[in-house]
Amino acid sequence: MLQAEDLAAARGGRSIFAGVSFTLTSGMALTLTGPNGAGKTTLLRLLAGLGRIVGGRLLWNGADALADRAAHARRLTLVGHQDAIKTAFTVEEALAHEARIAGVDPAHAGAAMVALGLSHLGSAPIRILSAGQRRRVALARLPLARRTLWLLDEPTVALDHAGVAALGAVMAAHRAAGGIIIASSHLPLPLPNAAQLRFNVRPPETEAA
Amino acid sequence: MSPFWGMLRRDLALARRNAGDTLAAVAFFLLAVGLFPFGVGPAPELLARIAAGVVWVAALLAALLPLDRLLGADFEDGTLDQAMLSGLDPAMVAGAKAAAHWLSTGVPLLLASPVAAIMLNLPLDALPVLVAALALGSLVLSLLGTAGAALTLGARRGGVLLPLLVLPLAIPALIFGVAAVDAALGGLAVRPHLAMLAAMAAAALPLCPLAAGAALKAATE
Repeated sequence: MLQAEDLAAARGGRSIFAGVSFTLTSGMALTLTGPNGAGKTTLLRLLAGLGRIVGGRLLWNGADALADRAAHARRLTLVGHQDAIKTAFTVEEALAHEARIAGVDPAHAGAAMVALGLSHLGSAPIRILSAGQRRRVALARLPLARRTLWLLDEPTVALDHAGVAALGAVMAAHRAAGGIIIASSHLPLPLPNAAQLRFNVRPPETEAA
Repeated sequence: MSPFWGMLRRDLALARRNAGDTLAAVAFFLLAVGLFPFGVGPAPELLARIAAGVVWVAALLAALLPLDRLLGADFEDGTLDQAMLSGLDPAMVAGAKAAAHWLSTGVPLLLASPVAAIMLNLPLDALPVLVAALALGSLVLSLLGTAGAALTLGARRGGVLLPLLVLPLAIPALIFGVAAVDAALGGLAVRPHLAMLAAMAAAALPLCPLAAGAALKAATE
């Protein structure tokens, strides 16, 4: 269970958002919507433990989630808007390295490739892949690492219909298995019954948090 | 520990794939050493006298070449964020990067150093001492360099800032490294100098990754 209580974030001394609270139990999903610059990416990074919380608390099963950042990191996978893959590798190699870093048997890379529709691209160098195909490789990290909490920043950007459907199936399986998903998007996400957190633009604040 | 070995393995696979980077550092090293006979004249006694110092300085400069991209590439493509979320302590992430730098740049330079020393007419019996001192010295430089690269991450002109930060800190290693070879040439005891270098490596081994880890944490915030 992930619980945010009154979370606030600031960047460069300026408050980005404040008073974000939600509770997500296993199987639940939350989508973050709102205009550019509203703080969606900042919130996702904050939830991952990257960045400093200026107010509020983040709880995992009732205990402070960020007291041990390494333990918190092992609970989650973050797919940011950067794909974070090395283009010199082939798809297979890249996912095998990801598996070893995540502490998973690299043999599972095949299943993750099938899940994201990448099995025919296994030996293709990532350098020659399109933006959507690279996105699929980045997303293949999700079923591969088998973490409970998935934090997705604009996961469907550059994906085609088949890619969105594949991601939808992967996310549905994750929720059915008790996983939690938090995703930001400007596009409709294949996340049925997801709660929604709307960021509104606020008038510029004078006081710094 | 598996993320540590996983990251080191990936970085070494990447270095093997982009072997040109390593070759460029080694070529720079040999070329820089090869310029000295042209600059100071080809007198064999003079070259033998300055050989150790020239090899050391050239190796220091060559090892700096890939430092700029060591963390910069990961920072730009998001890999560094993922490394920070691997469940490893930031200091261990920095340690893995330092180990990758030493294995992919330090060791190749070490292997090329006898060639460079022979080019400068260093007496053959001083070669083992040169290589031993450089082995310890390159380890110190990889650790210092990783800390410097982490501190200059995201800074404008980080590539210029990095040598200014790292080279002054490498002076003690340079002094004792060259002194070890001079001692070998003069028939004096070599061990005190090597012991000093080993002590520097032993101090840098925990301290540099700790400093680099704190810098990485700040950079990914």
